[in-house]
Amino acid sequence: MIDIKILKNLYKTMYTIRTFELQCIKLYRQGEIRGYFHPYLGEEAIAAGVCAALGGDDYITSTHRGHGHCIARGADLDRMTAELLGKKTGYCRGLGGSMHIADFTGGNLGANGIVGGGIAMGVGAGLSCKTQDQKGISVIFTSDGASNNGIFMESLNLAAIWKLPVLLVIENNQYAVSTPIEDSTAESDLYKRGIGIGVDSFQVDGNDVIAVYSKSLEAVKKCRNGQGPILMEAKTYRHGGHHVNDPGLYMPKDRLEYYKSRDPLILCREYLTETAQVKQDDLERIQQEVESEMDQAIEFAAKSPELTLDEFKKMTEVY
Amino acid sequence: MPGQAAAVQTAAREIFYREALNEALRQEMRRDPSVFLMGEGIAGRGGSYKVTVGLLDEFGTKRVMDTPIAEASFTGVGIGAAITGMRPVVEILFVDFTMLIMDQLVNQAAKYHFMSGGTRSVPMVLRTQGGVGNGLAAQHSQSLEALFYHIPGLKLVMPSTPYDAKGLLAGAIRCDFPVVFIEHKMLYMNKGYVPDKEYVIELGSGDIKRPGRDVTLIAWSNMIPRSLSAAQKLAGEGIDVEVVDPRTLVPLDKKLILESVRKTERVVIVQEAPRRGGVASDIASIVQEEAFDYLDAPIQICAGRNTPIPFNLNLESISIPQEEDIVQAVKNVFVS
Ligand SMILES: Cc1ncc(C[n+]2csc(CCOP(=O)(O)OP(=O)(O)O)c2C)c(N)n1
Ligand SMILES: [Mg+2]
Repeated sequence: MIDIKILKNLYKTMYTIRTFELQCIKLYRQGEIRGYFHPYLGEEAIAAGVCAALGGDDYITSTHRGHGHCIARGADLDRMTAELLGKKTGYCRGLGGSMHIADFTGGNLGANGIVGGGIAMGVGAGLSCKTQDQKGISVIFTSDGASNNGIFMESLNLAAIWKLPVLLVIENNQYAVSTPIEDSTAESDLYKRGIGIGVDSFQVDGNDVIAVYSKSLEAVKKCRNGQGPILMEAKTYRHGGHHVNDPGLYMPKDRLEYYKSRDPLILCREYLTETAQVKQDDLERIQQEVESEMDQAIEFAAKSPELTLDEFKKMTEVY
Repeated sequence: MPGQAAAVQTAAREIFYREALNEALRQEMRRDPSVFLMGEGIAGRGGSYKVTVGLLDEFGTKRVMDTPIAEASFTGVGIGAAITGMRPVVEILFVDFTMLIMDQLVNQAAKYHFMSGGTRSVPMVLRTQGGVGNGLAAQHSQSLEALFYHIPGLKLVMPSTPYDAKGLLAGAIRCDFPVVFIEHKMLYMNKGYVPDKEYVIELGSGDIKRPGRDVTLIAWSNMIPRSLSAAQKLAGEGIDVEVVDPRTLVPLDKKLILESVRKTERVVIVQEAPRRGGVASDIASIVQEEAFDYLDAPIQICAGRNTPIPFNLNLESISIPQEEDIVQAVKNVFVS
């Protein structure tokens, strides 16, 4: 069985993502945050499970739905919230916002406003790892919609022929905005694409953090042993629309209810209390800790200054 | 007479820019069965900016096609359909994403007429949307018209009003060359007079959006409403600005621009895109080459900064011309 401490951490990471998203959506509704905001609600187990299997030398590339990856990779809520509020203390000094958020110090090479935009760069990070004899591997978070873009197959093929230490994770939430996966691909088990080009590929339940974590551990180990690349398809479902202004009315009620009943946090909590015998109190303590951390983050962000025009000019002079 | 009552109603009819685009698509699809639409989320959802709402119901899935996120490929498919008898209108959600289709557009579509010795053409419209607004940050806010302007073989249209949007989209669909048609995200909800009857604006005809005596202000897309309010303000200070909207950058209505310049003898060009290598610079060079003797002052260009668009609201707004910048630019041509 997985170590209790790790299990608790998995739960904490997921609860942090959940709390961050819900609190920031509130701020969005109050007009404090603007622009595009794609919540990771319902998909927390993937980022949490994968990133828990990583070490300090590893890289990730992220997506437009990137808050979860950023948090799971250890980012600081203060600076994330500040970024969403467009503040100078944010990870990108308020110039990036939600879609470009990244804690670069944690090997997060960036979220991306371009669907599929991070895939090839992630392979490049894998190339760096291999040629520079670095210990790290590269994890590429990508999505079902992105897997229909040419760059997906091209990049995976490059990783395959060069045997790069790359773990490509398809977060298959079965939608690209409002387009259901059945309308955009004739084969909705996306891991099969990897098999076709000679990549070790498999599918995992993306709502089950234990499964994601266990499979990631194996995959990461293989990558470190020169048996990469590996493709992992994690099936999941959004808890709402594509972004905060999309009510997601096109999502069939019964499917949504089904996936909400399999909420990754609920499943994890059940496992922790029933199988791993963690006390309810312990979980509540974790939740309180996270909530107060988030309250502090909001306060920090609200109080933070914005980049001044002079600072902006100075930084952009190089262009 | 019922006709008359309808005519009166028509004259007063104001609709949104996005509705005007929708009308043009509907008009052309009814007229010509070879016209069809392709893009992400344009069918059932009606497009991110609601331009294609209702078209699926009227024309069915063969003519209103949702695509996967495969921009380069479905654009190429559009080109292939265009050279075999269809008139596709391909939608790329943001002009930023047209960077994914540049081979198909620039090396294929733009060259096809030429490489076939003028015997073939690609009657395809690429509808897309650009510009700053709403805090969408660096990869969703660009103004990239200069890239297309630079490529021989492409037409380039950037409507500023609902009336122009409808007429020009119809004109673009009837054009036998590939047309890049760039809408502006901040214009979709602007209202204006649009006749419900069928009409077409031919590409290459500019429009005087405000007649004036003292200075010619050339702008397009979302810089038109902004320039018009700057002109209003300047009128209060005794400066009578003529606002010229080329509407299509390729072909460019040089005649209209030069006539205005010869009348006012002063020129300001306003562009949202970064200053460097922009269309404004090229228009300035055309004006100085062809109307140098008429100019009473150096041409002023009021343009975006040479920087990506920041997320932060205040920095976003200082990255592109605001009304006060335009007012200042106009005043600058009167300092001698
Ligand atoms: C190249 C490109 N095309 C289109 C878009 C617009 N867009 C943003 S998110 C999205 C849907 C993405 O779906 P998917 O890849 O499945 O990711 P998900 O949102 O489901 O996490 C689209 C079409 C984009 N940002 N980039
Ligand atoms: Mg998806």
